[in-house]
Order: sequence, then structure tokens, then C-alpha cells
Amino acid sequence: MRKVIALIAIVMAVLHQDSPDLVFGFMPIGLFYHVCFSICCAILATLAIKFAWPTELVEWAENEDSE
Amino acid sequence: MTFPPILAAASTTPLVVVSIYLCILLGLALSSAKLFRGTSGDYFVASRSIGPFMLLMSVFGTTMTAFALVGSTGKAFGIGVGTYGLMASSSGLIHASCFFLIGIKLWSLGKKYGYVTQIQFFRDRFQSQRFGYLLFPILVILVIPYLLIGVIGAAKTLIGITGPKGPNPGMFPEFFASSNGAVPAWLTGIVICAVVLCYIFAGGSRAAAWANTFQTLVFMSMGLLAFYLISQELGGLSAAIEQASATHLVRTVSEGGETGVPQITFLTYMFIPLSVGMFPHLFQHWLTARSAKSFRLTVIAHPICIMIVWVPCVLVGLWATGRLPADTVSGAVLAKTVGILVKDPIVIGLVTAGILAAIMSSLDSQFLCLGTMFTNDIVLQGERKGRFTDKQIILIARGFVVAVVVLTYILSLVLFKKNVFDLAIWSFSGFASLTPLVFAALYWKRATKAGAYASVIGAAITWFTFFAASGFGGEYTIGGVMPVAICFAVSAAAMIIVSLMTRPPEPAHVERFFPKLG
Repeated sequence: MRKVIALIAIVMAVLHQDSPDLVFGFMPIGLFYHVCFSICCAILATLAIKFAWPTELVEWAENEDSE
Repeated sequence: MTFPPILAAASTTPLVVVSIYLCILLGLALSSAKLFRGTSGDYFVASRSIGPFMLLMSVFGTTMTAFALVGSTGKAFGIGVGTYGLMASSSGLIHASCFFLIGIKLWSLGKKYGYVTQIQFFRDRFQSQRFGYLLFPILVILVIPYLLIGVIGAAKTLIGITGPKGPNPGMFPEFFASSNGAVPAWLTGIVICAVVLCYIFAGGSRAAAWANTFQTLVFMSMGLLAFYLISQELGGLSAAIEQASATHLVRTVSEGGETGVPQITFLTYMFIPLSVGMFPHLFQHWLTARSAKSFRLTVIAHPICIMIVWVPCVLVGLWATGRLPADTVSGAVLAKTVGILVKDPIVIGLVTAGILAAIMSSLDSQFLCLGTMFTNDIVLQGERKGRFTDKQIILIARGFVVAVVVLTYILSLVLFKKNVFDLAIWSFSGFASLTPLVFAALYWKRATKAGAYASVIGAAITWFTFFAASGFGGEYTIGGVMPVAICFAVSAAAMIIVSLMTRPPEPAHVERFFPKLG
């Protein structure tokens, strides 16, 4: 699953590269696209935390037998 | 970038509003300092006890400088709608990735081995005490311009609201005749530095986290307030965008090249946000987290917070193209738009407070991190454990924080007339160029001490070469390519090639940083 998340992140970096049209009558489409991109970043971050959280590393760090 | 006048007539109301804001900030931060536990661990990393919301606010507030409010509006006024994709949405992806891939892992290693600074981690990882003496001056040199931007930016903001307007004198012609009645830079510098120093001195990292939380909420809400009031004055969102310049609504480079963003610049600008991976003040904030779970909100909400701040500012910058002359100084766009359209001195005071909040939420963390680095990476380095008591360590750290604040204040006066704002992008480029070092240290077992030296030296030489070619701080690209992309590539190549050519580190040592899990 971590590889899938990484692949999505790479695809998003490409999509980031992305007309005078306005969306909703006030937002240039070039801005609207990147607003959607920002929301997708938050969704990707949520997926990463749900499916790629480094549980074992964190447990190792939080182990009371600290060095 | 400059911060010129935003009032039609000199009224003391905005200054009163700003003063009230500074008093509330100081009161809140000093109240939080009462929670200080009196240990060096609490002073440097808040005893690793900061929860999710405060971690988000302090990390976001530290990352966003005055550029988030003032610069974003000015940049959109200058080059158009491409500003958001160029600087904001790319940061949403890359900042969140850095927090997830670098922040959580560094927090884990910091928690396990008790690191307080970046250099402690790198010295341990690459088994080289001298490596710290190479990296330390580089990090300090890159942070100093960042500090100066804050202090000088605050001074110019206050000169803007208190200075003369046309034939009318400034706010205090009897007290400050030499500056035409404006509050002079030396006084603003003292007030800003003193306010930040008070709570950093008293409460360290915990006070900074509380202050940053308040400041971040202030600058986010003031940006939205300015956006709402300006849009109302222009007759609503649709009416506002209709009077914007058509060339600013697309990213295509205009015929004269004044607006738009070249495709190659847009692509290579994506390296700039990587700087968060190596900001020493951000590293310190990461270490304050109570648990790794505290990172979850920061990773998810950071792109949304960027959007909340940047979208209104970019739109205001686009609207301003229909209202302000094309030669308006970019740093003045937000202030002039508020001054011309809203006029209310209370609102002007609130927006000014928002700008100061964005500045100071970065300043405090940077002052503290430099004091922490001097104490831990220079003074305590090589000393046996127990050589200094905890109280002595805190005293040393406070002494260094005072010294850094005084040095910054003096430099801000000396360099006040210089355009240090262009240095911001060079500062970010320098930190981004060092990111291969932290990635290799965390994710590549084969990375060696020699590779680390080569990576840092390669990044430093390449960065300085381009910096000199730019005339020491001007805007500069190589055929449209941002210098940071080349610096990053050189740093990464040096790390890989030299590491592969040298003996790998001992497996037992590597295992400390790559534990066998599960």
C-alpha cells in the first residue's frame, strides 16, 4: 500500500504542472484547478496516514526502554 | 519588497490597534511561560508535550512568513494567477510529504536518542563531530537573512501606517522629526525584538508554541477579513474579478514577459518548498510533539491552511490589477488596496496586526532555534555529561538568545535600506539544497560520512556560485531554471557518488537508525 501511496504522490507532482475561463463566475480556472489540487493533497495525506503510518517505528521510539 | 503607507490621513487608531494586539500577545505568551517546568528539555523542546492543534498552528505559523499575506498579493499583482500554483499548491504537496517522510522519522529518532538539534542527529548518524562544525555556520548564515526579513518588514510596515501622507505630516511630527513623523525603524525594531525576546526568554519552546498558535489564528483571520471587506467594496466576487487585467488571469507569459510564468520555472520552483525538510526551527518544532500521532493533523491540515491563507490573497492581488497602477511596488499591493477601498483605520490596524503576526510567528522560533543550536552544538558539544547543571544550560541558552536578538537588531538597522527581501528565496534555496542530506541520512543505509561532507560542500559551493552570479541576492534563473534545482541535483549526486566510492558505515551503527522492526 505504501508503494501505491508513493505512486499517487508522484502522479500528483506531475498533475501539478496542469484558459481565461472563470469557475463559479469569479475564480480563474488556473486557480480553481490548484485549489482542487490542494484539497487532493489533504486527501492523499489522509490516505498516507491511514495506510502508510509507520506504526512499528513509532512504537519502537515510544518504547519506555529509551536510550 | 517594501511596505509603504496605507492611510489617506494620519490617524493614531491603527497604531492603537497594533499596540493592543502586541499587549495581548505578550500577556498570552507570558501566561504560558508560567507552565515552564524549569528544565532544559522543557526550554528547548517543551518536554515533547505539544498536542496536535498547537503543533499544526506552530508549524504552519513558523512556515508562513509575512510573504504569505503581503508577498502573495504582490506576486499575484505582478505575475498573475500562476502565483498560487507556483508557491502555494506545490507547498501543500511537498510540505505535507516532508512532514510525513522526514518529520515523523526524525521525531522518532529524536525521542529515542534525546536529540534537541538537527546537528546532534547528523553528528550521530555520520559518526563525525567535525561535521557539526561544517553544517553549523551554513545553517546560521541561511537563517540570518530570514530573521532580517522579519525585523525590517515589521519596521517598514509601521513606517507605512505612521508616515506622512501627501502634504500631511506623519503621526508624531514632534517626537520623530527626522523620520517625518513616522515611528522610526530603530523603535519598531526594539519593540518587536523585545516582545519576542520577553516570552522566548521566559518560556522557551512552550511559550513560542502558545504565541504561534495565537499569531497564526490572527493572521489567518485578518487575511480573510481583508478579502471579505475588499470584495464587498468592489461589488462582490464576480464584479471584482471582471475589472482585473485579462493577462493576469492566465499563466501564459505575456508578450513583454511582464506577467505569466514560464513552464520550466513553474516546474523547477517545486524544489523551493523542500526547504522545510532542513529548516532548523521547524526541526525543533517537530521535536516538541507529544507523540507521533500529533503529526496527523499537521500533515492533513497543512495544505488546507495554505489554501485558506493564499487563495484570498491571490484573488486580492488579481483584483488590484484593475485598481492600482502597474508600477506599484509589489509589497504595497495589499496595504494600498485596503487603504484605498476600505479606509477604516480600525481595519487597517487589524490587517497590520495580521502582517506583524505572520512576521513574529516565524521570528520567535528562529531566535529560539539559534540559541538552542549555539548552546547544544557548540558550548555543550564535547563536554562530559554533568559538566553543566540544567539551570546553567538554560542560562547559557537564554544568553545566546539575547545575543542573537541584539545582533539581528543591529544588522536590521545597518541593512535597513538594502533590499533584503530578495534574500528570502535564496535562503529557502539554500535549505532546499541541503535536503538530499536529510533524505539520505534517514532512508539510505549506504550513506557515508564522506558522502555527507561532499553533499553539504557541493550544495554550498553551487549555491554560492549562483548567489554571486545574481549580484548577491537578486532574482536569477538559468534559462528559466531556478538555481535551487541545480544545487539540489549537485548535492544529491555528490551524496550518492561519494558514498558509493567510500567504505560503508558499520552495520551495528547503521542499525541504530534503521532498527529491525516487527
